[in-house]
Formats: sequence, C-alpha cells, structure tokens
Amino acid sequence: MSKRRFVMEFERPLVELEEKLLELRRIDAAALTPELAMEIDTLAAEVDRLHASLYRDLGPWEKVQIARHPDRPKTQDYVDALFEDVIELHGDRAFGDDEAMFAGLGTIAGRKAVVLGHRKGKDIKENIRRNFGQVHPEGFRKARRAMALAGRFGLPVVSFLDTAGAFPGIEAEERGQAWAIAECLATLSDLPVPVVVVGIGEGGSGGALAIGFGDRLIMLENAYYSVISPEMCAVILHKDAAKAAEAAGCLSLTAADLARLDLADEVLPEPVGGAHRDPAQVIEAVGVAVGGALDALATTPADRLVAERYARLRRIGHVVGESGTTGT
Amino acid sequence: MPISEWFKAREDRRYTSLDPSAPKTDVPDGVWEKCPSCKHIVYAGDLEHTDGVCPHCGHHFELTAPERVGTLADEDSFAEMDADLISGDPLSFTAAKPYTVSVATARESSGLSEAIVTGRATLGGHPVVLGVMDFRFIGASMGSVVGEKVARAFEVALAERRAVIMVTASGGARMQEGMLSLMQMAKTAAAAERLASAALPYIVVLANNTYGGVTASFATLGDVVLAEPGAMVGFAGPRLVEQATKLSLPKGFQTAESLVEHGMVDAVVPRAELRETLTALLGYLTLGGAS
Ligand SMILES: [Zn+2]
Repeated sequence: MSKRRFVMEFERPLVELEEKLLELRRIDAAALTPELAMEIDTLAAEVDRLHASLYRDLGPWEKVQIARHPDRPKTQDYVDALFEDVIELHGDRAFGDDEAMFAGLGTIAGRKAVVLGHRKGKDIKENIRRNFGQVHPEGFRKARRAMALAGRFGLPVVSFLDTAGAFPGIEAEERGQAWAIAECLATLSDLPVPVVVVGIGEGGSGGALAIGFGDRLIMLENAYYSVISPEMCAVILHKDAAKAAEAAGCLSLTAADLARLDLADEVLPEPVGGAHRDPAQVIEAVGVAVGGALDALATTPADRLVAERYARLRRIGHVVGESGTTGT
Repeated sequence: MPISEWFKAREDRRYTSLDPSAPKTDVPDGVWEKCPSCKHIVYAGDLEHTDGVCPHCGHHFELTAPERVGTLADEDSFAEMDADLISGDPLSFTAAKPYTVSVATARESSGLSEAIVTGRATLGGHPVVLGVMDFRFIGASMGSVVGEKVARAFEVALAERRAVIMVTASGGARMQEGMLSLMQMAKTAAAAERLASAALPYIVVLANNTYGGVTASFATLGDVVLAEPGAMVGFAGPRLVEQATKLSLPKGFQTAESLVEHGMVDAVVPRAELRETLTALLGYLTLGGAS
C-alpha cells in the first residue's frame, strides 16, 4: 500500500469529494445505471472546479499549512541537489552538535560557499533526532562559527530558513538561547562576504532571523516569515489558538507581504498546490535564484557590502515624527 | 497570638488602605503598592526614597523610564533624543484591539511617546547615551520606533564617542508591526556591533522582565551585562516553556540570580549600588582604556 497522503486542513473538502468519486468509480460496470454515470460525471466536474479554485489565491493561513507540509522539500534536499563536494561541519566547540542546524561547505554553480540551514526530518524518527528543526543555543553557535569561517576565507553564505522557531526548552534557556541568537545577528550584520537567504518553508521568529537576513532575501511563494507563530498570536489576542487563521491574516507573513514591505527581493512561484507537488522543479528554481544573487554580489567590495547591508537594515521600519523618516 | 505575628499584623494595619469601604484587593494606584514578594502594602512615598525597593524585603519594583533616568543620570544632565518619533500602523493591524488604539492608550496613560526613552547624559561624569525601556507602554515591546531609537542611540554614541547604557524591560518584538518588528532585532544588533567595533563600551542592565526579541538582540550584546535582583530574563516566557516541554520548571528558572549561575550575566546589582557600579565600569572601559 502506498503512503497515506497528508491532507492539509483547507484541502479536506476537496479530498472528501475525491474519495467519494473514487468510490463511485469502483462500482462494477454491470451495476452502473445511467443515473449513476451522470452523477459520476457531475462529481468529477465538481472536483475539477474545486481543485482549480482551491489553490488559486491561497490565504495566509493556507500558505502557512503548505509551508509546514511534511513532504515539502527541506534544507537537506536543497543541499544534496544544488551543492557539490559538500563537507558538513559539526559542533559549537563548547557544548555539542545540534542536528536541527546544518552547517557546511559546498560548491554551487562553481562557487564555493558556506551553507547554513534549519533542518527538519523526513519522518518522526528523523524529526526527533533533529528536534523538528527547532534549534538550541549550540546550533546557533555552530552557525555563528561557520559564518565567521566564511568571513575569514572570503566565502559567501547561503542560508535556508525552515523552522517553527528556536526551541523553547529549559536547557535551551539555561544555555543562553537569546544570547546565542543575538550573537548570530551581530556576526551576520558585518560579515564581509555576500549573504543570500532563502525562505523555503517556515520562518519562525528569532530562530529564523538568527540565520535569516543578509544582502538578498529570496522567498518561495508559500514560505512564510513571521514575528510570532499564528497560533501564539491567536493565544495572545483571543486566548484561543484555534483562531490562528485570523492571526495569520494580520501578521503580513507571506512571501507576497514581505515583498510588499520591501523585505524580500524575490518571490519564486511554486507548482499549484505547493512545492511538495514537484520538488525537483522548485529546487532547480531556487538554485537559479541563488546562483543569480551570488553572481550579482560577487564583485561588490567587502566594505561596500557591509555598508549596504547596514543601510538596508536601517531603512526597515515605519516611523512617524519630525525627526523620523517615514519608511516602509 | 505570638508577639511576632502581632507585630506583623500591626505592620499590615499600618500599611493597609485607609478606606475601609475599598475592596481588599484594590490598592489605589500611585498611593499604595502591594509588594508582590512579601505582600506588605507599601506607601508609594516610601518607595520614592528607596528608588522602588521594598523596605521590608528588598523586592525591586519596576521603575518607569523617567524614574529610572532619575536614579542613573547625573543631575540635570539628561537631554532626551527623538522624543517626537511615534508609531504608525504599517500593517493596519486591527485584530482584537486596533493597534492605533493600543498606541494611543499607552501614550496617554504613560505620558511617553514610545516604549523607550533615550538621551544624552553624563553618569558619574562619563558621557553616555542612556536608553531606558518602560514596561507600561505595550509591555515595552519593540516595534519600528523602539528599534529606530535604539539604533540612533548607538549611532550618536559612535559619532560622539560616548558609552551606551541600556536598561531593558520588554515582552519582546511587537507583533502588531509583524516582520518590521522582527527585523528591528537585526537592526539594533547591527548598531550595537558597530559600537563594539569602535571599542566604545556598551553596558546593559536587564530589568524585570526582559524577554523575546529584545533579549535576543541588543539586550544581550553588552560588553558587560548586569541584571537587577529578581529580574526575569529569557527568550521564551516561562509559561511557553512549560507548555512546550510539559516539564515543571526548576526553582529560580530565568531569574537574574540563576543567569549568573549559568554564566549568562556578569553580576546581579541591587538598585542602590547600580549607579556606583556603572560609574566604576565606565571608569575601566571608557575610550577603550586610552585615557
Ligand atoms: Zn516586599
């Protein structure tokens, strides 16, 4: 038997119709009355219509579900497909190795680079090992070590974002989760090499931001990047995580929102229904976009790169007032 | 009744609200405060003399930004910067309570323009830029204006070769400005990093409570990080950690004292010694030790 298809909440009406249709189609040809045949045709047309409309103009909450889809291509898929001669680097040299964070060296389209990325698993077993992509301080410190390496040896950084957030655990807090994230931010801010960030799935708050800003931000169409998870936002607003859909709509977290706010430079379209429908096509598109960004940044002198990155950050924000500049 | 209890009861009577018709839990704002630690009712006038420290148990009450500036800056030395910067509503955030209403209410009740007050000052004679967050203003959350004022504070210090002192308190990034708030973390960290590169000192005082996006950006990047006694500091709040892990939290979790034990904070400094400690630190660190 094939693996059971993962159904996202908003797909349920479609899937129910599809299952009903499948059931009807299993009826013996001999038992098929003209009425039944007509019903099958009507249902098939309804399925087609719903399929076409459901994935058109997806709302923020639907996109969040797609971003979390278990079959969505992950950091490891991009690393395997786009990078050659990959050497993974382990450990923060202080506490341990965090399998929720990838750090390594690799060559993309002939360019040597340092690669970073949050790491979700393909199945429960791998997810437990990788803590569902939720990073501990040692993971951020490993990333920071790799960033510093990139800076010293003039290698650009390519970073893949896919985390629900930094892990909110007791030991994570005791080992300085906030400190580890802040140190990543400071290190990234003046790294004298190009930094290209790709939002491939979830961009959960500070845990994403720690490896999540630079000279270019490329977002997949259904990836999100948010200050807070929709569920937690709903709890704060309504004391009810079930109102996450409404919260998702308020947070301006989609790739399109980020482009509108001038935070994302490029939004890459996904196949109808999401990246999991055709991973190879999406991974290739990401490869082209990353290659293009690295090419564009390759000739910029380091001091200008750092100055422009700072200027880019300084422009972000909406401030009203006489001495303020009204930004995005 | 044992004599000790009688004394305690007398003490309670002395500080209890004078209006017997008032509900027992209703401590009038600004006149009487109930100490959350020892439960004594404390006269606000007494708290002024102690800079907000409970005379019974030493509990550190939260200070407003103007009060904090008063306890740290040399007399008449504080000149506020960027007081005219106020928040807009970039996302037209209307869920539950419209953001514009939250901001307007916070401005009116606090008398402040935003959740942080920044300015030039001298502290023990040392030229500094002082930033003080005020928890009354939407939980001192960091949106565009807080991020902008923090970044400008570091830039002024860099241009004028001053030290930066930040007294933090915050619930984290301000969700009503979405990603613009999250990016203020990177912006403020970048500004702090530039000051560090110029070998100018940056000292942080973590006050109760400092969480989320503020802790995970400029608040933990100080050359020296101090904390007030009993201050709660972390990335994820204790309730979230409890829910996510289904574990009961260790005693003293995320308190300033435990952060020192775990090597995350340099020292817990009682409020009465804070000014003196900062002055001494600035004496060591100012101008990279060049003077
Ligand atoms: Zn007390």
